[in-house]
Amino acid sequence: MEYEAVIGLEVHAQLLTDSKIFCGCSTRFGAAPNANACPICLGMPGVLPVLNRKVVEFMMKMALATNCSINGQNVFARKNYFYPDLPKGYQISQYAQPPAEHGHIDIEINGDKKRIGITRIHMEEDAGKLVHDEVNPSSYVDVNRCGVPLIEIVSEPDLRSAEEAATYLRRLHEILVYLEICDGNMQEGSFRCDANVSIRPKGTEPFGTRAELKNMNSFRNVQRALEYEIKRQQYILEGGGQVIQETRLWDDSQGVTLSMRGKEEAHDYRYFPDPDLVPIEISDGWIEDVRKTLPELPLEKRERFIRDHGIPTYDAGVLTSNRALADYYEEAVRLCGKPKIVSNWVMGDLLRFLNEEKRDIRECILKPSDLAEMINLIENRTISGKIAKEVFEDMYRTGKAPRRIIDEKGLVQITDEEALKKTIGEIITANPAQLEQYRAGKEKVFGFFVGQVMKVTKGKANPALVNELLKKMLAG
Amino acid sequence: MKITKEEVGYVAHLARLEFSDEEKEKFTSQLNDILLYMEKLNRVDTTGVEPLTHATFLSNAFRNDEVKPSLPHDLSMANAPEERAGSFRVPKVIE
Ligand SMILES: [Zn+2]
Repeated sequence: MEYEAVIGLEVHAQLLTDSKIFCGCSTRFGAAPNANACPICLGMPGVLPVLNRKVVEFMMKMALATNCSINGQNVFARKNYFYPDLPKGYQISQYAQPPAEHGHIDIEINGDKKRIGITRIHMEEDAGKLVHDEVNPSSYVDVNRCGVPLIEIVSEPDLRSAEEAATYLRRLHEILVYLEICDGNMQEGSFRCDANVSIRPKGTEPFGTRAELKNMNSFRNVQRALEYEIKRQQYILEGGGQVIQETRLWDDSQGVTLSMRGKEEAHDYRYFPDPDLVPIEISDGWIEDVRKTLPELPLEKRERFIRDHGIPTYDAGVLTSNRALADYYEEAVRLCGKPKIVSNWVMGDLLRFLNEEKRDIRECILKPSDLAEMINLIENRTISGKIAKEVFEDMYRTGKAPRRIIDEKGLVQITDEEALKKTIGEIITANPAQLEQYRAGKEKVFGFFVGQVMKVTKGKANPALVNELLKKMLAG
Repeated sequence: MKITKEEVGYVAHLARLEFSDEEKEKFTSQLNDILLYMEKLNRVDTTGVEPLTHATFLSNAFRNDEVKPSLPHDLSMANAPEERAGSFRVPKVIE
């Protein structure tokens, strides 16, 4: 029997505010344990949490970017459970009437567009961090992360394969980072994903029993975990067994999902409205003010790059994968008017150097204006494309302007016909055997002569001129 | 009866409270009285009345996104039963 997967994702994104959601403690990652703590986030009795306005605005940005409708009235609720990473004994979250719901984003799968529904987005506080002792029966609690603002983004069960799920996740990640409301760092846990997955015979309606997958801290692991889990469930069903509803943890080293046996008590969170936090009212005016601050989103930008710059879909995808990179590209294009050539340099040498050093485009000292200038210098034949490679690397390493590098290293292209003729003449004289071969019809030897000229001129000879002169002079 | 002794035991467990059998009997009867009173309130016709979550009519009490000093570390840890390397030490929570 052929099966299809039914997958829904829950994403938690940490918001890039300076202070926590309900208190003035810093949200900075990497502080000493319990350095960012106060009576509110420590869960002391009698304290009064007050909502950070920016958290509401960031939530609204994501809601608008994912086509959600925003509910004008919403409240915070207490989600009650005991775990040491949560000193209050409850997490402040939102339950009934989420602030945003009924949204969607479009993803592309093998060239086809598919719309994935967003069930809801809500605000909540993060919990603290636990470190478990390897030897002693102890765990260590650091509350720095308690109260760091999160939004939870819940998708509809619209995803039908691990690949679709990974693509959706990448698009969601891209939007959050574009909006500059989340740094998207999966290793540090700023962007986390849980998955609900079940399978059903293809073409049937009812959902199968689902498993919840956790502990996948990269896009690749999300895809691997889902692929594994889909196969596991298929194997069970084909063997006549039944999938049980449970939470399973992805084990990266073994490449399998493992049941969280035993810890699976039926949850009973007893949500109720938090009396300490007053209701939030979002007016249409406020929504419009936030809408005005939205940047061009990745998908729109991608389509515009293809349309306006005439570059291939693949190029547009890479260049818009990061807002700063897209800005960099467009600035260089604006200055030199060569969209495809700029794309080649950015996607080729620039990204290769950045990836080698694991650096972000924002740390790049090579200015887009210098890249544009270098491209102009190739176009007006001051330097050859080959020399440009060397100039580019120097610009990337030193941040110097291309003109300066060319002057300092004497890299100006040799376009002096007489000088080149002299060089070529010497090379021909020095290689009589090759000359004979060429004249006997072995055209491949031409490449040898080009190579010799470039070697003698250290790559500075104008290639078109070299070709032209060589053809003439080899013919005799 | 609106609530059983078993349910009282369940709620007590959720709150990590331990009661004797006698206490459970007593609380079952007390909670039952409370729930019966709620039942009475439930009979009020609330057609067209919006649910009320808060007793005040305030909304949108916000603060600006500004970092304020946190507690000095020793004060944050003052109630910790045990401390290790700046963290609260608790019984291990996973096996
Ligand atoms: Zn705090």
